Amino acid sequence: MANLTPELEAERKRICQIAKDAGLDCFETIFELITYDQISQFAAYGGFPVRYPHWKFGMEYEHLSKSYEYGLSKIYEMVINTDPCYAYLMEGNAMMDQKLVMAHVYGHCDFFKNNIWFSKTNRKMMDQMANHATRIRRYMDRYGQDTVENFIDVCLSLENLIDRYSPYVEKSVTKSQPPPQEKNYLLKVERDYMRDYINPPSFVQEQKIRAQNEAEEKAQRFPQEPEKDILNFFIHHAPLADWQVDVLTIIRDEAYYFAPQGMTKTMNEGWASYWHSKLMTTKILNDSEIIDFADHHAGTMAMAPNGYNPYKVGIELFRDIEERWNKGQFGREFEECDDVKERKHWDKKLGLGRDKIFEVRKVCNDVTFIDQFLNEDFCVRNKLFVYKFNKKTQKFEVDTSNFKAIKSQLLFHMTNFGQPIIRIEDANFENRGELLLNHLHEGIDMQPDFMSETLKNVYKLWNRPVNIATIMDETPQLFRFDGKEYTQHKLSGEGPSPNPATEESSG
Amino acid sequence: MAIREDQNRFRDIVKGKVKEDLRKYVSQGEMIGKREDEYVKIPLPRIDIPNFRYGPKQSGGVGQGEGQPGQDVGDPGEGGQGQAGEAPGEHMVEVELSMEELAEILGEKLQLPRIEPKGHKNIDSLKTKFTGIAPVGPEGLRHFKSSYKSALKRQIGSGTYNAEEPLVLPIRRDMKYKSFKKVNQPQTQAVIIYMMDVSGSMGEEQKEIVRLESFWINTWLKKHYKGLETRFIIHDAAAKEVDEDTFYRTSESGGTLISSAYKLCQEIIQADYPTNEWNIYPFHFSDGDNWSGEDTRLCVKMLQEFFLPNCNVFGYGQVESKYGSGQFLKDLQKEFGEDERITLSQIESRDKILDSIKDFLGKGR
Repeated sequence: MANLTPELEAERKRICQIAKDAGLDCFETIFELITYDQISQFAAYGGFPVRYPHWKFGMEYEHLSKSYEYGLSKIYEMVINTDPCYAYLMEGNAMMDQKLVMAHVYGHCDFFKNNIWFSKTNRKMMDQMANHATRIRRYMDRYGQDTVENFIDVCLSLENLIDRYSPYVEKSVTKSQPPPQEKNYLLKVERDYMRDYINPPSFVQEQKIRAQNEAEEKAQRFPQEPEKDILNFFIHHAPLADWQVDVLTIIRDEAYYFAPQGMTKTMNEGWASYWHSKLMTTKILNDSEIIDFADHHAGTMAMAPNGYNPYKVGIELFRDIEERWNKGQFGREFEECDDVKERKHWDKKLGLGRDKIFEVRKVCNDVTFIDQFLNEDFCVRNKLFVYKFNKKTQKFEVDTSNFKAIKSQLLFHMTNFGQPIIRIEDANFENRGELLLNHLHEGIDMQPDFMSETLKNVYKLWNRPVNIATIMDETPQLFRFDGKEYTQHKLSGEGPSPNPATEESSG
Repeated sequence: MAIREDQNRFRDIVKGKVKEDLRKYVSQGEMIGKREDEYVKIPLPRIDIPNFRYGPKQSGGVGQGEGQPGQDVGDPGEGGQGQAGEAPGEHMVEVELSMEELAEILGEKLQLPRIEPKGHKNIDSLKTKFTGIAPVGPEGLRHFKSSYKSALKRQIGSGTYNAEEPLVLPIRRDMKYKSFKKVNQPQTQAVIIYMMDVSGSMGEEQKEIVRLESFWINTWLKKHYKGLETRFIIHDAAAKEVDEDTFYRTSESGGTLISSAYKLCQEIIQADYPTNEWNIYPFHFSDGDNWSGEDTRLCVKMLQEFFLPNCNVFGYGQVESKYGSGQFLKDLQKEFGEDERITLSQIESRDKILDSIKDFLGKGR
C-alpha cells in the first residue's frame, strides 16, 4: 500500500529503528505519499479516506484547500489512530520536513498504542468509517439525500452530548443494589439505653416512610440517575424510525472514537514534539539540515499572546517532568524546601526522568497531566498568563499571571473539552413526557442564540416539549421549546432542577 | 473524488439553493494572512452547526508573552482555545505569499481578463527584475541574509560554530547575490481614486465591505501597473480628500450630495493626471441614497461629459444597508445601461464581494 520513493523508504526504515531504540513502542505505521489536494480531503474527513456524505466535510475541504492555495497555511502531518497506523507525507516537501514528520508521527503512534485513554478505541476504525458511509448512502438512496442530511444536521448539533468518561467505567454486573437497611436512615446510637431517646418510634416511622417515598420517587423517575450520554438515551428512548436510530448510532460511535484525541491533545502533541525534537537533533539530521529544522520547529512551537499552543505547552511540560525527576525535584522534602537557592540547585542525580515521562504518557489525560505537573515555576518560566474579555474596552486583555488562575483556566478548558456539561434530569418532566435538561453551570453562561437553536434540534428528536435549566445573566432560568414557541421563565431556588450541580467528577 | 460532492453541497447551501434553514447559520468569516505589514483578507463562508456552547466573550484563555495586566492581546477568534475537537494529529504551518502571487490566484479564480493599459504603450523602459539568489554577482548586490545563513550552515556543519560566542564569518563561497535579468517593461501609469459616502447611513459593516473590495482592487491593479497611485475622497454633503486611514475610519452624520465627490475627483484628475498619459480608475461606493434627483442628474451629466470619455472605467459599488433606498444604482442603470465604460455592482453582503470584484475588473479595461 505504501508508495514511498526509495530515498524516503530508506529514511523511514532508519527512523523507525531509531524510534524503537529510543524506547517507543508503535503499531506498524504505514506512510503514504500524497498530493496536497488529497491531504486536504483526508484532513477534511478527519484523517480517513472515506466518510459518509455530508456538506460539513466539503466546508472543511474548501477551507483547507483555499488556505493552501492562498499560501496561508499548509498541513505537514496527519496520522490516524488505527492498527496499523496510517500517516501521510506530502509530495514535494523537503527531505528534512519529511524526516521531521516521520519522527513526529512515530511519537503519536507510540502514544496511541500506549496511552490508556485510547485503550477502548476501535483500532479498525478505517473499516468502520467505510461501513458507516455505506449505510448512510443506502439510507440516502432510499429516503432522499435531503431527508437524511437534514437528520444528520440535527444529530451533529447534539454530537457533543456524550459522556466521555463512560467507556472507562466498568459497569457492575448486579445493576440493582439491595435496598438500604434501616440503620442507614436512623441516627447513630452509641449506648444501647439511649436508643429510644435518640430514635423514638414516631421518628423511626417517619424516617421509614420518607425512605420509602424517596425510593418510590426514584423508581418513578426516568432516567433514575441524571444521564450524561444524551445520544444514547435518545437512541433507546426517542420516537425515531429505525434508520434514524442507526444514523444517530453512527454519529455517536464516531464522536466516541474522536473523544480520546480531544482528551489528550496537549499530551499527544507534546509527546510527538518531544520525540521529533530529540530524535532529529541527536540521530536523524545531517549538519546541513539543522538550520531548516530549527526554523520549522520554532514555527510550530510559537505561541501567540491570545492562543494556547498544545505543542508548546506539551513539549515543555514533558521536558520539565524529565528534568525534575532526573534531579529529584519532587516529593515532600523538595516541596517543603523554602530556600530559593537550594531549590534551584537541587540535584539528587536520580535519573528517573525517562521512566517518569513514559509512565505519564501511559496513564494521564490532559486534565490529570496539567493538574499534576503544571507548577508555578513552569508558568513563570514560560511567561504564561490568563486573558479575559473586557466589556468596557470590548477587547481581550491580559488578566493575570497568577499561577492558580492559569491552572484553573487550563483545567476548565480541558474538562469536557471546554464545553458545557449537560445532563438529562427528567424524561417525564411535569408528568407530561417532556424532557428536562440541566446545565451544570460552572460560572460561564451558554451562548443564547446557539442554545435556543440547539434546543429546537433536541425537540426534533424527542418530539415532545423540551426544557433546559441553566443560569443566564446570574439568574436561574428555564428555557422551553414546545414545537412552536420558545419561552423563558425565571426559576425560584426550588425550581424543577432536582439535582443541583454537585459531585461532578472530571476524571 | 467524493469530497467534491460534499463541497458542491456546501456551496449550494451557502448560495441558498438547498436547505433554506441553514442559511441563517452562514457566517462570513475570513482568512487573514499577513504579508509584511499588509493584511490579506480572504472571505470565507462558514456554516455553524448550532450546539450547546459557552458564549465566546465570557470565557478567556491562556496565552504566552510579556503582557502586563490590561494589555490587549487581540481577538483569539477561531483559532483560540477549546477547539480540541476531532482533528487527528494535524500540524499546520503558516507560509508566506507575495501580493503578486495573490493577485495571480485572484485573476485565475475569477477568470479576470488581463488589463490593457492605454497611454504610452509604445514607450518601453528597460528595467532590472530581480529573480532569485545566485552564487556569483557584483558586490553591490550581495544578499546579506542568505550569505550569513549559508555561513552559519557551514560553520555548524564543520563544527566551528560556538553557541557561547555566536560569531558568524562568511567566507568567499558563502556569499550569495541577488540575480536579475533585464526586462522590457511598458511604462504605464495608473491612479485609483476611491470615493466613499460616509454619511450616517453607511455603517461599520458597509465600510468593511468597501475596505475588502478596495483591497482586492488594489492588489489586482498593482499587478498591472507598477507605481500605482491611490487617492481617497470621502463625502457626505461636502467632499474632501483624506489619507487612507481616515478614509476607512470617518463617519459623519450629514446628508448626502454625491456630486460633491465627483466634482472633487474631477478637479484632482485635471490637476494631477493628464488623461492621455494616465490610466484612471475612479471607484465610488455608497448605499445609493442621494439628496435629490437634481443632484443625481448633475452626477449623470459629469459622468457623461468628463468621466466616461477620460477614464478606463468608472466603478460604482452599491453597498446594501438597512437604511438606504438604493435609488442611485437604479438611476445609473437607467441612464447608462450596457455602457462598457461604467461598471455598476451591487454588493448585498460580504458573500458577494468576489462577484462584485469580478463585475468591476472583469472587462479588462
